[in-house]
Amino acid sequence: MPTKEVGRYSVTYLQILDESGIVDKELEPVLTKDQLLFLYKTMVQARKLDAKMISMQRQGRLGTFAPVKGQEASQVASAMALDQDDWMFPAFREAAAYLARGTDMKGILLYNRGSEEGNRTPQGQNNFMVAIPVASQIPHAVGCAMAMTIKKEQAACLVYFGDGATSEGDFHESLNFAGVYKAPVVFLCQNNQWAISVPRQRQTASATLAQKAIAYGFAGIQVDGNDALAVYAATKNALDKAKQGGGPTLIECITYRMEMHTTADDPSKYRSDEEVKAWEAKDPIKRFKVYLQQKNLWDERQEAKLQQDVDAEIEKAVQDAEAVPKRRVDEMFNYTFAELSPRLQEERDTARRYQIL
Amino acid sequence: MAKLTMVQALNQALLQEMKRDNTVVVLGEDVGKDGGVFRVTEGLLNTFGEQRVMDTPLAESAIVGTAIGMAINGIKPVAEIQFSGFAYYAYPQLEAHASRIRNRSRGRFTCPLVVRAPYGGGIRALEHHSESKEAIYAHTPGLKVVIPSTPYDAKGLLISAIRDPDPVIFLEPKRVYRAIKEEVPDELYTIPIGKANIIKEGADCTVVSWGAAMKTTKEAVEEIEQEGKSIELIDLRTISPFDEEAIIESVKKTGRLVIVHEAHKMLGLGAEISAIVNEKCILSLEAPIIRVTGYDVVFPFFELENEYLPSAKRVKDGITEVLAY
Ligand SMILES: Cc1ncc(C[n+]2csc(CCOP(=O)(O)OP(=O)(O)O)c2C)c(N)n1
Ligand SMILES: [Mg+2]
Repeated sequence: MPTKEVGRYSVTYLQILDESGIVDKELEPVLTKDQLLFLYKTMVQARKLDAKMISMQRQGRLGTFAPVKGQEASQVASAMALDQDDWMFPAFREAAAYLARGTDMKGILLYNRGSEEGNRTPQGQNNFMVAIPVASQIPHAVGCAMAMTIKKEQAACLVYFGDGATSEGDFHESLNFAGVYKAPVVFLCQNNQWAISVPRQRQTASATLAQKAIAYGFAGIQVDGNDALAVYAATKNALDKAKQGGGPTLIECITYRMEMHTTADDPSKYRSDEEVKAWEAKDPIKRFKVYLQQKNLWDERQEAKLQQDVDAEIEKAVQDAEAVPKRRVDEMFNYTFAELSPRLQEERDTARRYQIL
Repeated sequence: MAKLTMVQALNQALLQEMKRDNTVVVLGEDVGKDGGVFRVTEGLLNTFGEQRVMDTPLAESAIVGTAIGMAINGIKPVAEIQFSGFAYYAYPQLEAHASRIRNRSRGRFTCPLVVRAPYGGGIRALEHHSESKEAIYAHTPGLKVVIPSTPYDAKGLLISAIRDPDPVIFLEPKRVYRAIKEEVPDELYTIPIGKANIIKEGADCTVVSWGAAMKTTKEAVEEIEQEGKSIELIDLRTISPFDEEAIIESVKKTGRLVIVHEAHKMLGLGAEISAIVNEKCILSLEAPIIRVTGYDVVFPFFELENEYLPSAKRVKDGITEVLAY
């Protein structure tokens, strides 16, 4: 018997604002002036906070952390597409997404000073905590979305992860669940070309990461992750679809990790300066500024003021975070259970005697 | 002989054993080009090529699962899990398969592999990077668990682990990785798995520890000895199957026992050691056995990690308490 074709699939790539700042008018998403300025301002905040944190880490004032530089558009524009009631599940490199969702800089700094206090999400914010084990947050987003269906909530979940995460079982199992249950969830993969020292092409033999969605029965789309307009449009579209019962979407943002993997990493071991240089030309912030200027929404005077304001805001946050006194040992016991068992009380009393001030 | 750090000693062990035995391969995340995030596998890719030094995709279950597949077919894999906190993804493979292959196949198939992972606290690491969960593996029959505390031990124990006919979980105290240097023989040598190291003999109290907690324990013991007491200090080296005989012989002599580990107190190895001593030589005891351990809480983020970890002062107080009887 002759074989017959039983499936044929394609993956599209979306770019709206190109490297030089030229916009595709037909695809340009509708955003208010305030939204556009918020997007730009938050990307600048993220970039500057990142630089400050690297220098603080070098001075021993912060622990190891994963810089965000280069991925600001992928994070800020996608997080901006969320409504207040939607949930956001970050991986470990999502400082920019956090800022876009209203997390204050002080909280981010506290976390990186080695305090769980930085994980404390303010009431009313549906932002989940940093997830260090790669891909482990993905099933939570799917389950949270399934709960939305059960509770008949008009909301959706957005979960961030990297190209490396797509190799983990948790990624595949979660996408499969999302497909089966038509969960209102958007999978946002930041393909920043590297998982520490492993380049994207050595991570998987698939031509794209977006196509992995097809195997689980829903759409995957690739977008220029350094194009804030494309990221916003794709995420908004996917969230709207999810909320209307259309099920999940996988978005692969093509972007680049401009810095070291974490402050403990030395990228000169595995990648060339030329490669990094080539991506500088595709910078997400630079082209968005050109776009704003062309729309007459931005000038150099505003730029100078923004730079000053953000510097001041960061200085203030650093001061506030560094003014927080070291916590007491009780803090490591108090949240073990709703109630401390007698044994834990005893251990806490021992620990109190050895508190280092 | 050269003075080496633990990282250098481990690297030398891998290099020399891979040269000696071309069935030994290394696989894991960032072990090739990057040389491992702690540089334990530095240079191996250049020496042995991509077939024997594999930068794998990011998937712990597949790293250990494929290592099992290689092991049953004549290859000796040394799989690296980048941090022990991510080995849980691979635990089903270890528990359901690696530990049972000899048993289930009645010896027809065996699984001689090594899973290396840095473990333990004290380096201001990220969340999930500082735990000591050796008891999980020790509670899995069929797995051996080895934990070196010095560069010399690290080289000899890793070579033994690679040559061992059964699966070995090899936990490396990352706080020690670069903290000390000691003379390490240039040539290949082995240290037996299952044998403790009596670091120093003593008459008044036995102190047992291993891995990351060994350094603080030594400090505490030195301080106590300056006060005129004589301590027998034992480095367990292998925590499963551990050297019961060494501990029991020692306790029979000293009548007192303190166990120090970074892992949680609840069902940590200290509990098992204490139980064995109670079963086999309770009548030699002149004081209750004391455990100085991590607390039964989630390992705290680094601001409070030095409060979680047994400090020299806490260990010293524990020994003093036992000596008071
Ligand atoms: C389960 C697990 N394995 C390994 C690690 C160590 N690790 C942290 S980030 C990382 C690479 C992640 O790559 P990717 O998913 O592309 O995200 P990116 O770092 O590029 O943002 C690795 C191997 C981890 N945190 N969790
Ligand atoms: Mg990546």
